[in-house]
Amino acid sequence: MNLVRAQLQRPWRLAAELSALLVAVVVAFPLYWMVLGAFKPAGEIESSEPRPWTLAPSLDSFRRVFGQQDFGRYFVNSLVVAGSVVIASALIAFLAAIAVTRFRFRFRTTLLIMFLVAQMVPVEALTIPLFFLMRDFDQLNTLGSLILPHIAFSLPFAIWMLRGFVKAVPDALEEAAYMDGASRARFLWQILFPLVFPGLVATSVFSFISAWNDFLFAKSFIISDTSQSTLPMALLVFFKPDEPDWGGVMAASTVMTIPVLVFFVLVQRRLVSGLGGAVKD
Amino acid sequence: MERRAISTTTPRKPGRRNRAGWTPWLYLAPALVVLGGLLVYPIYQLGLISFFHYTQAQVSGGEPTTFEGFGNYSALFSDPEFWQVLLATVVFAAGCVVSTLAVGCALAVLLTRVRAVPRLALMLAALGAWATPAVTGSTVWLFLFDPDFGPVNRILGLGDHSWTYGRISAFFLVLLEVVWCSFPFVMVTVYAGIRAVPAEVLEAAALDGASQWRIWRSVLAPMLRPILTVVTIQSVIWDFKVFTQIYVMTNGGGIAGQNLVLNVYAYQQAFASSQYSLGSAIGVVMLLMLLAVTLVYLRLLRRQGEEL
Repeated sequence: MNLVRAQLQRPWRLAAELSALLVAVVVAFPLYWMVLGAFKPAGEIESSEPRPWTLAPSLDSFRRVFGQQDFGRYFVNSLVVAGSVVIASALIAFLAAIAVTRFRFRFRTTLLIMFLVAQMVPVEALTIPLFFLMRDFDQLNTLGSLILPHIAFSLPFAIWMLRGFVKAVPDALEEAAYMDGASRARFLWQILFPLVFPGLVATSVFSFISAWNDFLFAKSFIISDTSQSTLPMALLVFFKPDEPDWGGVMAASTVMTIPVLVFFVLVQRRLVSGLGGAVKD
Repeated sequence: MERRAISTTTPRKPGRRNRAGWTPWLYLAPALVVLGGLLVYPIYQLGLISFFHYTQAQVSGGEPTTFEGFGNYSALFSDPEFWQVLLATVVFAAGCVVSTLAVGCALAVLLTRVRAVPRLALMLAALGAWATPAVTGSTVWLFLFDPDFGPVNRILGLGDHSWTYGRISAFFLVLLEVVWCSFPFVMVTVYAGIRAVPAEVLEAAALDGASQWRIWRSVLAPMLRPILTVVTIQSVIWDFKVFTQIYVMTNGGGIAGQNLVLNVYAYQQAFASSQYSLGSAIGVVMLLMLLAVTLVYLRLLRRQGEEL
């Protein structure tokens, strides 16, 4: 790569770096505008001469958002839903990935293909039958109605992705562990689990995001008990099509985006390597 | 980091010793129970409902359900609105996929040409866009393009032109948001793939006097084919079933339903008009179309000699 790079003339590299920076600014601009909008005082945000800065940052919009009944509760609800989905799907997928990589058994390939096909199922199309299923089990208006479907929908991808990570742990390690007298359970949780952990993290990003972002299920299954609502619904309270409260929308959007951003930045490196692994296999 | 992950570990046969009968099923049990109950059973139910007459009267009025056979499907297929929505969905998804792949691949190549600081800046910005929830991304982009208070119309000097009023421009606005939040996946994955290509290969090509474009077309693209297949199929699947962006940005499907896509159409039929059976029939159509895409994907994987 070095030689190739050396052959590129300097002006070209400068041009490439300038365009990379320019693209970075354009890509980051919506997020900047969101945070800026959240801090702008009311008069500035609804002005016909929008400025890309503010000299009088104010917390009014945030106050309005948190003053909205139960916003803190929606936040906690969202955290509970996303957290449960991440933990449950990581554990279940870990066990399933062991089964399909460490054992040979009948229907193994069929099962793998089924997991692949399952990833393609349009979750949204299943809203109707899931609605009736939740109703029959009295789960409408509970957080369970959001958690359970998301576990199911994140599993196929998680299993598919973890497969590569479990596969990468040499068989010899397993044999050595048994030789040293470790039980299978001990091998799984004290040796395999830590080794596969980076893969679990990469997988968790996807299940976290799909659960945290969920809008359709929250809208369809939480119909009368608003104390069980999650953040996307709370955000839309400020977003009335004819008369949106942009300050409130931007503040609520900021509050909703930050946890995901933090999560992403924390696992960033593992995510990139994890994706590489998943794609390779 | 990226290099290590992609590194070529030789594929091994899964542990031959462990031929033992029931153990793998024990490990699989939780996954199978969850998937059976919340994925397979609902798919079966979806198919079932699509063959019955199922509206508000049956759901809460206690009226008996009647078997309709293919009645819902023939009603659907004879409705010009359905065909219009289907066409819009395909064209919109195709536009999103092509734009996402073009932007993602171009930026991945750009990333390999720059030093650490611009690369980190672009990576972080892309991760930010990737992490943004669909709901907030939608509201923020609407705000950016707001006719009264948005900066974009000021910069472009468009006055109070409304982007969501016209059919094409509303679809275009949603497309921009979709590309913004989905190109990072393509960029990061393709970039990791390029980094894994041995440097000697690229050097040899450069020494032989190949242009940048030629290197991409004749060396990188073929070597990256498995990765490009994955990101293409993933994009097709994601963009075909866009829901949140359309729903939020065009306020439930646009003026007089001009911006409906299949997913939103099914939702509106089922939950706004209580035509649960019609909504299910639309869902079945979507399911079958995505299944077709999946089968193509499986064939491609097999042709590339992937071992499952």
